[in-house]
Amino acid sequence: MITGNRVLDARIPAGPLADKWDRHAMDNPLVAPGGNRRKFTVIVVGTGLAGGGAAATLGELGYNVLNFCIQDTPRRAHSVAAQGGINAAKNYQNDADSVHRLFYDTIKGGDYRSREANVYRLAQLSTAIIDQSVAMGVPFAREYGGALANRSFGGVQVSRTFYARGQTGQQLLLGVYSALVRQIEAGTVKMYPRHEMLDLVVVDGRARGIIARELTTGEIKRFAADAVVLATGGYSPVFYLSTNAVNCNATAIWRAHRRGALFSNPCYTQIHPTAVPQMGDYQSKLTLMSESLRNDGRVWVPKKPNDKRRPNDIPEAERDYYLERRYPAFGNLVPRDIAARAAKVECDQGKSAYFSPQSVYLDFADAIKRLGKDVVGDRYGNLFDMYREILGDSPYDTPMMIYPAPHYTMGGLWVDYNLQGTIDGLFVAGEANFSDHGANRLGASALMQGLADGYFVVPRVVASYLAGAKVSNVKADHDAFKAVEEESRTHLQRLLSIKGKRTVRDIHWDLGRTMWDKVGMARNTAGLNEAIAAIGKLRESFWHDLALTGTAADLNKQLEQANRLCDYLELGELMARDALMREESCGGHFREEHQTPEGEAKRDDANFTFVSAWEYTGPGREPVMHKEPLVFENVELKTRSYK
Amino acid sequence: MSDSSASKGSSAPKDAATKGMTIHLKIWRQAGRQAQGRFVDYTVHGIQQEMSLLEMLDILNEDLIRKGDEAIEFDSDCREGICGTCGLVVSGVAHGKHAGTTTCEIRMRQYQDGDTITVEPFRAGPFPIIKDLVVDREAFDRIQRKGGFISTNVGSAPDGNAVLVPKDCADNAMDAATCIGCGACVAACPNASASLFVSAKISQFAWLPQGAPERGRRALAMIAQMDSEGFGDCSNHGECEAVCPKQISIQNIAKMRREYIKAAWVGADKVRSSGGD
Repeated sequence: MITGNRVLDARIPAGPLADKWDRHAMDNPLVAPGGNRRKFTVIVVGTGLAGGGAAATLGELGYNVLNFCIQDTPRRAHSVAAQGGINAAKNYQNDADSVHRLFYDTIKGGDYRSREANVYRLAQLSTAIIDQSVAMGVPFAREYGGALANRSFGGVQVSRTFYARGQTGQQLLLGVYSALVRQIEAGTVKMYPRHEMLDLVVVDGRARGIIARELTTGEIKRFAADAVVLATGGYSPVFYLSTNAVNCNATAIWRAHRRGALFSNPCYTQIHPTAVPQMGDYQSKLTLMSESLRNDGRVWVPKKPNDKRRPNDIPEAERDYYLERRYPAFGNLVPRDIAARAAKVECDQGKSAYFSPQSVYLDFADAIKRLGKDVVGDRYGNLFDMYREILGDSPYDTPMMIYPAPHYTMGGLWVDYNLQGTIDGLFVAGEANFSDHGANRLGASALMQGLADGYFVVPRVVASYLAGAKVSNVKADHDAFKAVEEESRTHLQRLLSIKGKRTVRDIHWDLGRTMWDKVGMARNTAGLNEAIAAIGKLRESFWHDLALTGTAADLNKQLEQANRLCDYLELGELMARDALMREESCGGHFREEHQTPEGEAKRDDANFTFVSAWEYTGPGREPVMHKEPLVFENVELKTRSYK
Repeated sequence: MSDSSASKGSSAPKDAATKGMTIHLKIWRQAGRQAQGRFVDYTVHGIQQEMSLLEMLDILNEDLIRKGDEAIEFDSDCREGICGTCGLVVSGVAHGKHAGTTTCEIRMRQYQDGDTITVEPFRAGPFPIIKDLVVDREAFDRIQRKGGFISTNVGSAPDGNAVLVPKDCADNAMDAATCIGCGACVAACPNASASLFVSAKISQFAWLPQGAPERGRRALAMIAQMDSEGFGDCSNHGECEAVCPKQISIQNIAKMRREYIKAAWVGADKVRSSGGD
């Protein structure tokens, strides 16, 4: 491994934790309202909670915004799929919640691998997100008295999760979308749907624009701006099968990485414990069953390995409720990383549901006995219906079968406190950055981060950049734009000219299996080295044997997917390298060499309390790792225990 | 005519449990916006019950590409029924025959060996076909732009519990807000009316106190835009409600009409209170 010596300055404002964000506002320059703001153009890529929220809010403030999404309308960004809820330190339930407690839970949940100042700001902003969303008409669940309702989520001991049935993501995204269409109508935001960013344009060390392809016509276009915000989500589809939408991709952040933006903690990935198990090689994605099911469902496997009996034929005494056994304090509600890994441990011993060697039971029989079928139906009926549609069994009568699935990625482009990457003028928000969740994200915190970044952080930090940067005037006819556009065009033509035998899905499937087997829920030195070698071979196969038809001058979704896959084939290797470097277990990153005798994750705080930040050094060349040390001034590092 | 089978991936594990079904497909192919379209016949083998309809199309597409043919273009994204991207008319019904589900949620267990399925795009004047099964639904965005929002800027919101909202009003707003904007209502309507879609948004905000100040203006502006896009009028067929994957009620259309009449007769800025009528 090559270690670099760049000093990464997170530019955290001085002073007490609770005062940093306010101080930041006072210490940074502003752009006065009116005509001054209209002179600045900001590109925002992505229209989810982070991107759409940032675009709309910058528009409200009077900036000239260009907003891009690959979907046919901004309302379909993948934030739409989040089910469970959004956390906020409102303390409406009077259960001793506070900004500090949310901050602490998030730091602990992230296994002490996130940056204190960013997480504290996130907790502070959480309350304003709820206020704003209510004002926009988001129909959160309410009590009979008319007040907002809350539920609890894994890994915490208070009720701070706000929700809108099982569609919290969709409702919050529609809030963002409504703000966005209002600004589009007002003329402050120009919307480019069905446009995909192909590359970042850097001029004199600053991000000055993007090259994008209009997906319906294939036209490649240049867009210049004074700052670029990437809010393009995570990279779970590197595993091919994940809970993400099939078009989710890492291309925007990876191309920015190739242009000089450092990539942090790529090995921190979240495997969600409750998805429908994999069924066949034809599959295109894994379907999530909400974490809320673990409030009432009991997870178990047969005590005997290779027990092929149907679940209702297995007597109580021959079942192992392994989460309740191993974690009596939190039981079925342990955090996601722990629940996921525990399922793997059982299945690796041959103890699984009858359906496949990678499935466990989630049983509602006791809940139905205790609460009645109607109450259970009210809570989970839509999920039960969805499950029956897929597997043909009704969870009312026979235990559900579940298995962990790739769901969220905590790693992403490195950003400082201002969400600015290592290229000036490049800002990264939401799941696309690495900053807030450390090595594991708690449930109902992704929506919180997306909106905190989108509504509050990005508008403020971009404004202070624009006010202070003295950005020169660069237009899209600059030579740098011409050169990058040409590279993008050549790249797509190269993909089309391979004319091999293997489809995009075929190669992506192989990448996914390698990532899942060797860089998934448990990792070891030998497996990671094998993964690096296997991915290298797959890249060769991709560049020599890819089968594509059609042209680049037309709607061609296979070409779009091939263009995304070539980035995953590089990112997958970086994930393996990062996992190999991190000789400890923390959160979603579990190295088999580093565990306690009970099989729990063993951190190495003396040597690994840092953020990795990888530098791209050219195709086929080994990347260089830089470090940002993590300094904890406000919490004491402890061993996470949910026993 | 094309013949293809599942599980052809070179290194993918083979599912030997069952041989699977043979399905015949009639799929709409259209090279571009202005091109003449037609149905093309395909046959696929080895289709498993758990497979989704779209996964069957994925397999067919891989086979077409291996033969050097162009893949069938269709839109889909989340593949779990929430993003609203997918939308096909499957054997004559928008989103297929099961109520309350989207196209991506159709599983092949609904079919039997030897069945023939027709697959075509949502058809409506305001939804022009881009290519094959992909349609342009930007008309919906243009309607939303006219009033599908509450005019509040980030930063100006009072505490979330400052305005209490009766639970039944919040629940009614939520029922309407579940619309995913897929456009099946338009595709199913003999008049290609967008009334269910537009009424769901008008209704959501009308039920909430936060939406009250703009209630009248919103109804007038969104309905005017709906008309100008070329969507037809509602004549109470109810097909929209029957195909809606989120089972949005046509009661919303009745509410939209009352909103419109009040705003038009009383004055757009004189309708102030929220909730029912």
